[in-house]
This record gives sequence, C-alpha cells and structure tokens, in this order.
Amino acid sequence: MKPSLALGAVLSAAALAAAVLSLIWMPYDITQLAIAQKLQPPSLAHWAGTDHFGRDIASMLMAGARTSLAVALVAVGIGVGVGVPLGLSAAALRGSWLDEVMMRGNDLIFAFPSLVIAILITAVFGPSATNAIIAIGIFNIPVFARVARAGALSLWTLDYIRAAQVAGKGRARISAEHILPNIANLLIVQGTIQFSLGILAEAGLSYVGLGAQPPTASWGRMLAEAQTMVTLAPHVALAPGLAIVVTVLGLNLLGDGLRDALDPRLRGRVA
Amino acid sequence: MSLLTLEALTLMIGAAPILRGVTLGLGPGEILGLVGESGSGKSMTALAVMGLLPQGARTLGRIWLEGQDVLALTERQMCALRGNQIGMIFQEPMTALNPLMTIGDQVAETLMVHRKMPRAEARQIARDKLDRVGLTAPRFPLSLYPHELSGGQRQRVAIAMAIALQPRVLIADEPTTALDVTTQAEVLDLLRDLARTEDMALILITHDLAVVAGMADRVAVMRRGEIVETGLTETLFRAPQHPYTAQLLAASTHRPEAAARPTFAPGREYLSQEENPAASSWQKYSDPDGALLRVAGAVRTYRLARPRPFAPHPALRAVDDVSFTIAPGESLGLVGESGCGKSTLTRAILGLDPLQEGTIRLGAHLVGPGMPQAARADVQVVFQDPYGSFNPRQRVETLVAEPFHLTGLPADWRDRVAAALVEVGLAPEDGAKFIHEFSGGQRQRIAIARALIIRPKLIVLDEAVSALDVRVRAQVLDLLAALQASHDLAYLFISHDLSVVRNVTTRCLVMQAGRIVEQGPTEALFTAPGHPYTAQLLAAAPQIPPAWMEDRAHASPLV
Repeated sequence: MKPSLALGAVLSAAALAAAVLSLIWMPYDITQLAIAQKLQPPSLAHWAGTDHFGRDIASMLMAGARTSLAVALVAVGIGVGVGVPLGLSAAALRGSWLDEVMMRGNDLIFAFPSLVIAILITAVFGPSATNAIIAIGIFNIPVFARVARAGALSLWTLDYIRAAQVAGKGRARISAEHILPNIANLLIVQGTIQFSLGILAEAGLSYVGLGAQPPTASWGRMLAEAQTMVTLAPHVALAPGLAIVVTVLGLNLLGDGLRDALDPRLRGRVA
Repeated sequence: MSLLTLEALTLMIGAAPILRGVTLGLGPGEILGLVGESGSGKSMTALAVMGLLPQGARTLGRIWLEGQDVLALTERQMCALRGNQIGMIFQEPMTALNPLMTIGDQVAETLMVHRKMPRAEARQIARDKLDRVGLTAPRFPLSLYPHELSGGQRQRVAIAMAIALQPRVLIADEPTTALDVTTQAEVLDLLRDLARTEDMALILITHDLAVVAGMADRVAVMRRGEIVETGLTETLFRAPQHPYTAQLLAASTHRPEAAARPTFAPGREYLSQEENPAASSWQKYSDPDGALLRVAGAVRTYRLARPRPFAPHPALRAVDDVSFTIAPGESLGLVGESGCGKSTLTRAILGLDPLQEGTIRLGAHLVGPGMPQAARADVQVVFQDPYGSFNPRQRVETLVAEPFHLTGLPADWRDRVAAALVEVGLAPEDGAKFIHEFSGGQRQRIAIARALIIRPKLIVLDEAVSALDVRVRAQVLDLLAALQASHDLAYLFISHDLSVVRNVTTRCLVMQAGRIVEQGPTEALFTAPGHPYTAQLLAAAPQIPPAWMEDRAHASPLV
C-alpha cells in the first residue's frame, strides 16, 4: 500500500471516528453557553479552546464532523442512487433517444452554477441541512451518471456481454449482473472524491448561511462566526478551517490511492 | 562479418529468468525468423536489442551491433542508436502511429531528431521512403492522417519510419499478425524486398511457422527463454532436430481426426436426445430439407454518417443477400477478410441484431432479437478473445452456467457444470476458481463448456482458435472434433485462417464485401477455387511448402 493511501485512510477514519463518537460522547455539551469562558485559547480543559459563547471548540468540531459527513454521505447516496442507474441505462440504450434525453439532461444540470441552484432551493424551501443535502445531491447525479455510462460503454463491447446476450439475458439484467460489478471500482473512487467535494460544499453553504441552521453544529458556520474575531482569537477560525482541510485532503488522498490500487493499468508497471 | 550478435544473453526480471543464454548471429541482408509460442521470450529478445527492457530487468551476456556492445551503452547513447542503426516495427498498426500527426511529419520526425535535418529536407526524404514502401504520391500525400489509411497502409507507414535512417538491423515483431491475409502477403513481400535491396538484417518475430517458411533464410525456435534449435529454414522444416520444433510443425498443420459418428440421411427428422424443452416442437416443425440453420436472402444495412449537413445518410450493406444452410452435425466454414460482414452475419445468426430483409430460421423458429428463449438455446457461441470472454468477477461455475438462463436453472446445475468442465478436459474443482487463474487455452475450453452446457445444436465458433498458440490450438481443435461427434453438434466455423478452416470443415463459404462469393465442399474449394477472390485469398495465405513436411508425416505426437 502506498503511504499516501495509508495517510488518506487514517485521516478519513479519524474524521469518521470523531463523528461517530460525537453521537455518544463529547467533552462538553455544546448547547450550553458559558459566556464567562469565552474565547479561551487551547488548554488542557479545552483542547481547542472556546468560542465567543464559551462553547468547547473540540466538541463543536466533533458535532460538526457529524453534520458534514452526514450531509456529504447522503448527497453521495443521492448521486449514486439516481446517477448510476441513469448512466447504466443510458449505456444499455446507447444511441437511442432515451440515452440522448438522459445525457443532455445531465449536461443541463452540469451547466447550472451549483451555488445559484442551492440559493434557489433554500429561497424556496428555507435554509436547512436537508435542503443543503438535496442541493448537493442533485449536482452529484450527473457526475455519477457520466462515470457509470463511460465505464459501462467500454464494457458493452466485450465478448462476455455478447455471451450473456446469447444466453438470452436482457439489458437490465446484464447491466446489474455484469456491468455494475465491473465498474464498482470506478464508482468507489468517484464516490470518495464526491464525498470530499460534498464536505466542501456543505461548509460553503453553511458559511453563507444556507446550510445547517443553529443549533446544529457545522464547520462552515463556525468559520463564518469566527470571521469577525480572527485577529482577536485566531484559533476559533483556525480549528474548523483545519478540520475541513484535513478531512478533504484525507478523502482526496484516499480516492487517488484507491484509484491506483483498484485500476490494474495504473499499478506498478513491471514486466 | 556478423552484423548483430547475441552472446549468451540472459535476462532476469526480479528473480524470474526471462531469457536464458540466447545466442544468435545475423549478417547483412539476412532474414532470421524468430519463432515460438507466447511467453517464449521472442519479444523480450527484441526489446533487449533495442534497449527497451522494462524496469527491473537485469541482463548478462553481450549484444554486439557492428562491434559495439549495446548492453554497455548509456540511455543517451541508446537513443542515438535506436532508429539510426536499429529500427523496429510493432504488431499493432492501429496504435503504432500518433493519430494527431500527419504521416509525413511522423516519418520526418526521426530524421529531424537524429540527423538534425531541416524540416523541408526531412519531408523530402520522408516522401522517398513512403514511395519506397508503396505509398506513392499523389495518391498518398504527406498530409494524410493515420485514420485516413487502412491497417496495411499504416503498417507501411510504420515501416517507412523504421527504415527512414537506413538502419542496419530491422526488427519486426509480429508485423502482420493484425492484418488480413492479402495485406499480410503484401507487407511481407515489402519487408523481404527491403532486406535484400538495402542489405538490412531483418529479424522477423512471429508465432506463425508458415510466415517464416516463406520469408526467412534461417530460423531460430524459442521456448521458455531458450533457443532450442536454429538452422537454415528448409533444413529445419524438413528435419527438425529438437522434439519441440517437431511438435510445433506438427501442430501448425494439425488436422483433427473426424471421429466416427452417425451419418445423416437428407430429410431425416432431427431427434434430440436431450431433455430440451424445445425438443418436441423441434421434431414437429423441423426443416423439410433437414437443414438446421437456414439463412435466406439476409440483408443487414448500417446507416453511415452524413457526408454533408442535411445530406441523406448513405447506407452500408454489411450483409448483402446472403443465403446458405447448415445441416445438423455439419462443420461449415466461413472465411473472409476483416470488414467483409462476418461479424454482422454472426450477430444476426445469434439473434442479437435484426435483419432488414430475408430470414434466418433455426429449425422451426425465426431467428431475431424477439425469438423465444427456448429457441435461442439451440445456438451458442465461442468468441475469439479468451481474455474478454468472461466476467472477471464471477466464478467459473457461474460463468459456465450462464446459458441456463434460457432454459431455467436445473436443480443439478452444479453437477452439470462439473460434467461440462470434465468434457472439455478440466477438473470439476475448477468451477470454484476465477477466470484469471486460467491460461488462454484453458479459457477457451471454459468458453466451449459454457456453449455446451445447454446442449445446443449449433455452435458458432467466431475465430475461436485464432488467439491460441499452435499446440494449444491443435488440442482445442481435437476437443471440438470429439465433442462434435459425441454431441451431434453443427459448427459454423468463422475464421480468417484458411489452413484451420481447411483442416476442420467439410463445406465452406467465402465472403467478400457482404456477399457470399463462393461456396462448396472445402477440399474442392481449396484445390480448385472458382471465384477470383477465393483464388486470391488462397494465393496470399502463407503456407509451409507441402514437400518440406512430407518426410515425416506423423513424426511426433502432440504433447
């Protein structure tokens, strides 16, 4: 295993562990304000210091990890759940009008600036984590549809697909049985990358106030709130910023590493 | 004086020995055929001479090129040598050229790199070289792109690139394996002519003994990284010294013995021995003339891209009014060059694509995409590529059982899969393995097991043995012959390899540009072709002179 893949796995696992742990235990209750303790620098009692309401930043980071990962995970789920079947059927019906309609529809979504759509969704339905998930998820659909279609198209030319056709299997069955397992590695890699992009997008939406609303903790909103106090107490802004950077970096390393490990063509070229 | 000498060349990759003490010598104007099966080290020998070995390769021994030890050179010195003193031609003309560069620039490039030649002058020489390989102006201007040329023409460009600097040694690694027979003959003629007139030494690497027989002055036979025998071509073919050479020769002209099997009276009603659900209807409605497959006036056209915006789509008649029949238990050959419509016809016979005109009948049923599953079970297929024919993520038993989709999965399917694996010479335990654990020949056996499992009446063999080494091919052909007898199978044997078709089929069709130009009993058709195209194919097909093989008709058994 390459060191970058190992590092990516460790960083991603750390973020996941923090999120899971926050479900059962956090150092402090982040719904309790303690103005007397506000803006303390990191100490033994508060590992990452406290914010302007005196809340423990380490605890808020853990709760924020939960929000980020949950939003990104569900958004990737929407992308995979809708995009992959779309891509597979487009490939199975290659050249037909359905293929055209589906792929041009994807192009249409791609062509919209994602932030504008997110603002539109929040303007209509109100800002919330759920609506952030929907906004991010919609933009994952064409990504997965294209990856699935491209991978599937190259497989549809292979002889074992023809053999399955000779065995009387229909396009849907062949897509599920022969195509999907063989493009799974592409989808895993793309999923990892979309996951990290989802975290960034959630942070961005929350930063501009369109994502998770108080009292739900969110890295993006922590950043926004810390902005005014950056000179006064830089650690308040630094902590969520670092959390975002480290998690996204970890996931990207993981995705790249997985691609190298799963793609035989990129494996070490000896012989 | 010898131009190129390999002295006890040993090559290791990691701990694995790839070449072991390879010793060869080659004089100016000489053509050396380097033959062997896949993995024997032929290509590695060539790459060692070119200094293009993969990372981690270690060499012992010497390679002398005009008194210079190639292995002692630095990479920079090697760069000066490549192209300049040694040229190389690869197998795949489709990928050997850069699709974004004109052919003129590609040939000129070597000149500009090695001779620091101005572009205009380099292009002038490129013009000469392209003329030399038969791509003459004005029909082939320098401004053409590779996609505007056919496979054979691209291989000519690759040859022009290789000879642009008049190298002393030219290495051709399977230069014609990807080409049709008529194109192959032309390219081989060109290579031979170049070696003779330019006094170049040519190493011709091939798995095809027939190609070597017509080309080489001397032959070296490789096996597992060693040269087992080397000698003058005719001497070696007439009296091979090493048993391996004898085996290769026997395998390349191998003719499977037709096992004793029931003969069919014309018009006889076909009775299936199997508990096939289609059997009853089959007996009731079988073809009046006893034909198993009846193709009548089949036409399949493809819509091509519009030549101009809003112009109507031109149509290509890929299969043009094709009619023939296959009798139960018969072996019918179908030969033709790439693009002649073989594959389109195959897809139609398998019921994957519809026809525009005409009909295909399999017994009582019309063949087409909408045909009933039970009727589909009467025809199965074995493809050419043993590597692309299987889903790498499924176990062999799942792969072999796939056609049961047509008949419903019987309760004893595992036993039947095991029995099918035994029939094709594998072990029942092999069902639990994955496909990557098998060699090319074994994979083709598994493909045959998959085709057999539902007891079809017709198996389409689509270049089924073309990708196999000669000895493995001979074994698979024997297996097919045995199965045909025991299961009363009809074969449609599609191949570009005329010698194989001649050896295994009783009747043969010749296809050109979508039409069947000639059909008849195989032996008659091969000895006295009626159509000029058939004659042309036969003349172009490389052949080991029969006289060379007479001395030892059954000299050595197959291993």
